[in-house]
Amino acid sequence: MSTWHDYFKEQGHAPDWPYPIRFDQEQEIDADVLVIGGGIAGCWAAISAARQGLNVVLAEKGDTVRSGAGGPGCDHWCDVPANPLSNVDPDEWARHMAERPYCNGIGLQIQCRENYDTLLELEQMGGKVRDSGDEYVGAQGRDEKTKFMISPRYTKVHSYVPVDEKTEGKIFASNPEGKLNNVVIRVWGSTFKPVLKKECQRLGVKIFDRVMMTSLLTENGAQGARVVGATGLNSRTGEFMIFKSKSTILATSGAGSIWLISTELGGYCNMMSRTIAGDGTAMAWKAGAELTTMESTGIVRIAVGYKHKWYTGAGDASYENVPIVDANGKRVPFPIQGWVDAGYMVPSPEVEQAVREGILKGEYALPFYGDFPAMPEVERNATWKLMLGEESTTKVITKTFNDAGYDPSRDLLQSYRYIEGNSLAQWREASYGGGILVDWDLKTSLEGLYAAGTQMFSPEDHSYAAATGRYAGRKAAAYARQVGEPQISREQAVLEKARVYAPVKRSSGMEWKELHAGIARAMQYYCSEFKTESLLNMGLGTLRKIEEESVPLLFALDPHKLMRSLEDLSLLTYAQIVTHASLARKASSIPLNFQRIDYPALDPPEWRKYLTLKLENGKVKAGELPLAFWGDMKNQYEARNKDYTGVYKGK
Amino acid sequence: MSSQKLSAIPNVVTPNAPVIFNPDICNGCNICVEVCQIDVFIPNPEKGKPPIILHPDECWYGGCCVNDCPRPGAITFNWPLQQRGYWKNKATGEIHQI
Ligand SMILES: Cc1cc2nc3c(=O)[nH]c(=O)nc-3n(C[C@H](O)[C@H](O)[C@H](O)COP(=O)(O)OP(=O)(O)OC[C@H]3O[C@@H](n4cnc5c(N)ncnc54)[C@H](O)[C@@H]3O)c2cc1C
Ligand code: SF4
Ligand code: SF4
Repeated sequence: MSTWHDYFKEQGHAPDWPYPIRFDQEQEIDADVLVIGGGIAGCWAAISAARQGLNVVLAEKGDTVRSGAGGPGCDHWCDVPANPLSNVDPDEWARHMAERPYCNGIGLQIQCRENYDTLLELEQMGGKVRDSGDEYVGAQGRDEKTKFMISPRYTKVHSYVPVDEKTEGKIFASNPEGKLNNVVIRVWGSTFKPVLKKECQRLGVKIFDRVMMTSLLTENGAQGARVVGATGLNSRTGEFMIFKSKSTILATSGAGSIWLISTELGGYCNMMSRTIAGDGTAMAWKAGAELTTMESTGIVRIAVGYKHKWYTGAGDASYENVPIVDANGKRVPFPIQGWVDAGYMVPSPEVEQAVREGILKGEYALPFYGDFPAMPEVERNATWKLMLGEESTTKVITKTFNDAGYDPSRDLLQSYRYIEGNSLAQWREASYGGGILVDWDLKTSLEGLYAAGTQMFSPEDHSYAAATGRYAGRKAAAYARQVGEPQISREQAVLEKARVYAPVKRSSGMEWKELHAGIARAMQYYCSEFKTESLLNMGLGTLRKIEEESVPLLFALDPHKLMRSLEDLSLLTYAQIVTHASLARKASSIPLNFQRIDYPALDPPEWRKYLTLKLENGKVKAGELPLAFWGDMKNQYEARNKDYTGVYKGK
Repeated sequence: MSSQKLSAIPNVVTPNAPVIFNPDICNGCNICVEVCQIDVFIPNPEKGKPPIILHPDECWYGGCCVNDCPRPGAITFNWPLQQRGYWKNKATGEIHQI
């Protein structure tokens, strides 16, 4: 009951579109600070700007209450070295995190300095961050005084760092005895998004939900000029929105699935949902903002529509302290990302190889299982109920298992490692690589435009998005206070309106899933595992052909499908930028997961630098920045934040 | 059967129902419609009835609709068959699937 065709069968006709249709109509909104994207970074940006007493407007594609990657929840508040149980100094931890090549040292410093304050503010708003109900007494890492639950993650080992630079055994000057670092706190993140939305409302932020932002407006409509507003589309009514703003913060995250779409599981092709479609990056690019690290990609490992949706942490099924056993109950030597191995998140290549050989020789029988029953009860609950129960999409997974009769104290949870095969090298993802270049104010290269969270180059996690959003809100508000009234270019808005509505002017042609699949295939062929100058140029040619021949066929039957169609155009722009960036880097690189067959040397010294790209007069212009271009992190941060007052004490 | 009138309908998208509504429990409050970041559902034209699943192929399977429904049992998560997880009773070795 309740599928579309149930309705059709019962009623004999399709349901009417349930929302008023307002194609071509316009609404104009004025803001001091406009925030684009109401996920984690965007909500925090809006809250911190509104606390400065300004007129703040937030536009969100979904509904702010549960939108974004952190909408359903979050279990790990990562890299919070300023918490009272931490044994390392925040500045030293930030420096250590920033040793990873091609990271974002600016964002990391902000995260490490301010995300504990951010966590306490979240608690003020009603977010649950401590075991106040004493549910997990006796669990390792739980502190009786503060009731914080420290996670084993990063307690000694930081396995996000390349193998030869791992911190195992590393002694921090601030932690000379080598105690557990205690820099990650377990939290009840399913409580977060609703309280963030409520706080926005309490502070008078004007929220526009179901509005997909489509472009930035610049002074005189010129590329590279000050950003003075933005345009949007209501995905239910089709109304066109024009926002005028003194300063603007982009927080739309990155681009999820460019290389891959399963047309029947179209919302399920990446870790993130379909809403994360590169819109913010594409609109910043067209406005002339500088981007960096766009050639960096990862491999999509989960949630590709073709694979099982569960985790890939450590031995999986389902990580943190869960021992992995084979089909006969024999322990498999995977790390368990727990207290015993101090947070190892992935097996070493040697262990991986040994297990694979063991399977082929009959030493380990498939499938593998997570041995929840073998765990002490309180640790089992901490993993199953708290961690998986609160971490984003896993909340509903654990509920569904429980409802179907799974009992973690009795049952082994199946792992899909090996039996479902590896991800193809062609299934890439872009989002945790490149993004918008920012300075120490999280200002982009354009006047009036700021960025936060996953929108920036080389992003990290949830608390990073929160802390950088909160910081960008502060800085954008300070700018808005001292800048003159913005003037938008009517001509620029009219051109954008025509671009936005083009697909609804047609009623047949090519629909969004086919277009996305075409872009994805071009990227798989020409910008994936095998990269050469000629393949990449073929890629640009194919993408241009798509732009010239397929995009003019794109059609959308209603405002919702129009939104999906416009997302494709963002993905197409994003794909073109990635290909340009790949052409610009004439060397291979391990940390960037970037292999050029015609330039096979791995990370040669002269190529250890950030490459930047921007549009200038419509032409792609490349530039470069040295690694650690941000300077001394502690001094730079302190010089710009003398007025920082810590945890919010207002009403 | 033979006298039944049939419409010509294209294949439905597969999978087709990321959730299942129970019309006896659901009161059509549409909270699930609002919390969905994708807009998979639309409100039922008839007030008080469960929403209609319009875009099942866009579902992220993030579960907010189920997590936030105030009426237990009104909406159940429905994994596509190929995504349903397995487990094994440690003592008996019996295998189950969702
Ligand atoms: C399954 C899963 C589990 C995770 N678990 C953890 C965890 O336990 N700990 C942790 O630290 N991190 C975790 N993360 C990562 C964390 O959720 C992200 O780092 C964080 O949400 C990033 O915040 P953001 O604001 O940059 O992006 P998001 O929170 O994704 O917000 C981006 C927002 O922009 C909106 N948007 C996009 N395009 C437009 C547009 N054109 N117009 C208007 N709005 C737009 C989107 O709808 C969205 O709301 C997890 C992520 C996933 C997917
Ligand atoms: S399923 Fe739940 S949330 Fe959705 S309309 Fe019914 S009662 Fe409301
Ligand atoms: S699981 Fe998520 S995306 Fe799917 S219908 Fe529910 S709320 Fe929407």
